[in-house]
Amino acid sequence: MATVAQVEPQFTMPEEHYINEDYGIRSWLLTKDHKRIALLYLISVTFFFAIGGLMATMIRIHLLTPTGNLVSHDNYNKLFTLHGIMMVFFFLVPSIPATLGNFLMPLMVGAKDLAFPKINLLSWYIFMIGGSVALYAIVAGGVDTGWTFYTPFSSVYSNTHVVTAIVGIFFAGFSSILTGLNFIVTVHRMRAPGLTWFRLPLFVWSMYATSIIMMLGTPVVAITLSLVALERVFHLGIFNPALGGDPVLFQHMFWFYSHPAVYIMILPGMGVISELVSTFSRKAVFGYKFVAFSSLAIAIFGFLVWGHHLFTAGMSIYAALLFSLISFLVAIPSAIKTFAWTATMYKGSISFKTPMLYVFGFLGLFCIGGLTGLFLAAVGLDVHMQDTYFVVAHFHYIMVGGMVMAYLGGLHYWWPKMTGRMYPEAWAKLSALIVFVGFNLTFFPQFILGYMGMPRRYAAYPPEFQVLHVLSTAGASILAIGYLLPMIYFVWSLRYGQIAGPNPWGATGLEWKTTSPPHKHNFEETPIVTEDPYIYTPELERQATFV
Amino acid sequence: MISPDSREEALHSGHHPDLQHHFDDMEQQKEASSLGMWVFLAQEIMFFGGLFLLYLIYRMNYYPVFAMASSSIDVKWGALNTLVLIGSSVTMAMAVHSAQLGYRKPLVFFLIATLILGGVFLGIKAKEYHDKYKENHVPGMANFHFVPEPDKTGSIPNGVTPEFAETVSHNPAYQHTALIFFTLYFIMTGTHALHMIVGIGIIIPMIVLAWKGRYDSSYYTPIENFGLYWHFVDIVWIFLFPLIYLINRTPHIG
Repeated sequence: MATVAQVEPQFTMPEEHYINEDYGIRSWLLTKDHKRIALLYLISVTFFFAIGGLMATMIRIHLLTPTGNLVSHDNYNKLFTLHGIMMVFFFLVPSIPATLGNFLMPLMVGAKDLAFPKINLLSWYIFMIGGSVALYAIVAGGVDTGWTFYTPFSSVYSNTHVVTAIVGIFFAGFSSILTGLNFIVTVHRMRAPGLTWFRLPLFVWSMYATSIIMMLGTPVVAITLSLVALERVFHLGIFNPALGGDPVLFQHMFWFYSHPAVYIMILPGMGVISELVSTFSRKAVFGYKFVAFSSLAIAIFGFLVWGHHLFTAGMSIYAALLFSLISFLVAIPSAIKTFAWTATMYKGSISFKTPMLYVFGFLGLFCIGGLTGLFLAAVGLDVHMQDTYFVVAHFHYIMVGGMVMAYLGGLHYWWPKMTGRMYPEAWAKLSALIVFVGFNLTFFPQFILGYMGMPRRYAAYPPEFQVLHVLSTAGASILAIGYLLPMIYFVWSLRYGQIAGPNPWGATGLEWKTTSPPHKHNFEETPIVTEDPYIYTPELERQATFV
Repeated sequence: MISPDSREEALHSGHHPDLQHHFDDMEQQKEASSLGMWVFLAQEIMFFGGLFLLYLIYRMNYYPVFAMASSSIDVKWGALNTLVLIGSSVTMAMAVHSAQLGYRKPLVFFLIATLILGGVFLGIKAKEYHDKYKENHVPGMANFHFVPEPDKTGSIPNGVTPEFAETVSHNPAYQHTALIFFTLYFIMTGTHALHMIVGIGIIIPMIVLAWKGRYDSSYYTPIENFGLYWHFVDIVWIFLFPLIYLINRTPHIG
């Protein structure tokens, strides 16, 4: 491989592609091309990520001192609430599906577009309406309920803009329902001739599983949060114990979506990792069918474990044990995937390109995040850990250490396909390293803090916790640099990046069989698939100029 | 009118005027649209499912007051509306059938019939809401007050004695429970009515297009999909009606 890479390849950009086929703001805002919509989403979610990140930065700065001197305690409540709302509903849920998924699903199945291009555009508009309403909620004065909107605080007592925030989330949810619907139909009905289910890239399988959760989970949280808003406006009593309502019922209904939603936030990342690990090991993914079905298993089990969020909320011990058991079962498909990725690397021809560095980061951090999840699934331990920093660290290891790592890895990997140009490898490697170090420094101390009893969502803490909090804040600053760097060099690469050519990684998969960037209709003619996925031929090795 | 075998032709020529560019042929386009509709309906089931769950749990917890509050809703109108809606499902099914055969005028006729029956349903629903408004049973209004009353036959419903009715009307806990019932009543039937209104919003332009001959036996997917939607909304009502109207109507049984 190395010898091939030394021959400097000279590619030229294709004369006509989806970016230059039409100009002007109208051609973007009225586009039905999934690739353009993916870019619209990319810009939007990056914007919301920046806002959520800004909130996170302020939280970490505030916690530098035990008394918390940056903002008032009320404002601190708003900060962590808005950080959660922005990151969960406006970044993590749409991140990989709406950007990489939107861009890649039709390419990977060999179609000209998603099944419903207009609905795809509609989903972006709905998303932006939701995002604008949520931004308005921030500007108008914020929300302080936590992103979980627990009643009756959210429906009765909070004096903040709860209803506005809920309206924003309702829109965002509707948008992700439409995205999921589009993906499911596309996978069923738009596959190229010869592309059987078991020839699909594993990314498609994971997006399919994600879409199922989006379709079946989101409507439940939509109606639940709508009821909270109605209860707040009309002083009803559905979830208000003072009026005969049941607040724990709210928690059940909220987590019925929001626990599966955390699998919306990790399954796409798993799909990305499957693609990356194969390409940079030059080997077929080990145990293809197991990896494919484990995505579906996670989606199905995901709907049966919501109760583990309520172990301390008043639940019968039998229900708690059952939920605990099923939560443990989720570890099985997750472990199958992790072992399969490791086995894929075994005796592979591994190259340490930036996307692969993110794969390594993902594997380590996902293992820690996943295994600490088992701590929390155990009823006895959870009573000790519930609502502590241990939980915060756990889910950040999955959401940030897992999903954001995979998202960045995927962006680097498909960047040449999306833009036709390579990112600067040295800078990218450096920022991957910074992200990894910064992330661990931010969140590992939080495991210890949580174990020692530091509750989450507190604006102040006992002085003996300060060292760990300072470490965490220092890590967050490093992490912020790691996230800023890609934003800069990705933009830089649009003009100065090396021209990539159709298949810089010598990867399998239909998306690499067309030009970079692809032209409007993706393929010159509908591809016909005659072989299984992830078969690396000598021809592909010759194409792999950047590996 | 297009002859039946022109559909076959259209399917294979790939140049059907209604074929969107990203589909290979009409069959793929049709299958994609109809799968899309089914998936959308699965999503709708979960949406209503959340409400049904809430309703069933509270009905189980607060059965006596739910039964009393249910008796205050006039079952006559609910039953009539059930018939109206089933009738509209029949006309909708006939509309789809006409579209499949490519009969333009019957298609327009049955779509209009569906529209009218949908309108009648909403009219009756509005009348029922107005009755509740007059009885001060609307949640969120300052004058909300629930007093169980004997039904039209003069007998006491659900074994409620006048003394107990008196207690219910003054006890805040019972009033709160009644508030939950009427909240769920309005939200569930309201969400259902909203789906009917959306349906009517879709069917009106559809009638115009059908009149202009937009649909024929080679292209009628929108009609078919709308039929699926309409039947789904009907089925929701088929569950709503017994759950909300028919609680303990016959206390002597069991």
